Amino acid sequence: MSASTTDVIDLLSGIEPDSYLQGIRDQRPQARENAQKSYQALFEPEFPGNVTALERYAVATFVAGLHRQPTVTDFYASALRRADRSGIADAVDAEAARGATRGPYGSYPKGPLTIENKDGLVYRVSDDARALLGHRLAAAFEHAHLLVFRPRDASPEALQRLLDAGWSTTDIVTLSQLVSFLAFQIRVIAGLRTLAAAPDRKLADVGSKTLFTGALASGHI
Amino acid sequence: MTKSTITYADNLEPVSFTQEELGWLPWLEPFPADELTERHWAGLVDASRAKSPYFLLLARDPDILQARTKTDKDIFYNTSSGLPRAERELSATATSRYNGCIFCASVHSRFATQFSKRKDDVQRLLDEGIGVEIDTRWSAIIAASIALTATPGEFEAQHIERLRAAGLDDIEIVDVINGSAFFNWANRLMLSLGEPTRPAPR
Repeated sequence: MSASTTDVIDLLSGIEPDSYLQGIRDQRPQARENAQKSYQALFEPEFPGNVTALERYAVATFVAGLHRQPTVTDFYASALRRADRSGIADAVDAEAARGATRGPYGSYPKGPLTIENKDGLVYRVSDDARALLGHRLAAAFEHAHLLVFRPRDASPEALQRLLDAGWSTTDIVTLSQLVSFLAFQIRVIAGLRTLAAAPDRKLADVGSKTLFTGALASGHI
Repeated sequence: MTKSTITYADNLEPVSFTQEELGWLPWLEPFPADELTERHWAGLVDASRAKSPYFLLLARDPDILQARTKTDKDIFYNTSSGLPRAERELSATATSRYNGCIFCASVHSRFATQFSKRKDDVQRLLDEGIGVEIDTRWSAIIAASIALTATPGEFEAQHIERLRAAGLDDIEIVDVINGSAFFNWANRLMLSLGEPTRPAPR
């Protein structure tokens, strides 16, 4: 089955067809369908613009690696390796390890929230990796790290660095959506996996939810 | 195509979390409203969004905007089952508070107040931040949203247990997961593509 017909959140959460959790996801059918369409718009775009498949999968692999979600990282890393004719995949893994930290951190505008400012890693791509990735992709990694761990440090200067590295305004919108979408997708998957692993199930008023009849009988999570 | 960002030397950014209505100024040029095509209108979903510089900027990549907007609406507005609106907005507010999105927190704290009629409790979340204790149910939802928002994630079985003990069933727990996860998407766009402005003097 190709990625376009497989629901990626189900796949990476380990949710089987007609299972209990699929029944729960079906309560929000538009959210389910459009989370998948979001994935397709970003990774199988009808109108790709200037952002290449290699760039999309490299950034996704880096972002998933920063979240330390092995199942999701492996998914994007295998797509990256398929698209990777320039041999950057190992460098992407190494950069995700170099960028590892815990977030969110960053600074607030000067004022009463200043006491909540929290310092942390300001990630820059290593010289070796920059030579391999090129300036454009290196700039994307640095911005992705900012978005993942310290989004409140965002600034016009951060966007200017992307413009200077060859990202157009539209490319920046696509890149920002891609990183931010992954922040969503990875959390939905982590949440559903945690719920799937929890002992027991809890549903109020099961009788009225005929959707669940099959699922509950099937014994799948 | 712009080669430089837009900056606002005179803008007085809000410096604290508030339930007041704020404005938002883009750092990149939004898509020109008079050049919108069918595909852009489809991306905007609601025609009224063509008045918003935020949505016009996102309309530069209309297909992902459309899918994102429809995901958002179902997670927050589909109340055929699951968590009450107020508590979905609470999850969005707690997430925005933790990531530090003053603009997102302003919008969704207002919604949380509108649906819960608990303005003071919502304000305590904004003022005291992620360690606030409100009541069993709200504190469980806030704690779960915070754990989901941490990178790497910290959402564990104990959060599920606490949500269930507070009276949530699994459909409602998935609404908390979706609400927090979605605001991890929204916060990053809102924080990184522009800046908030203080309410106009009345």
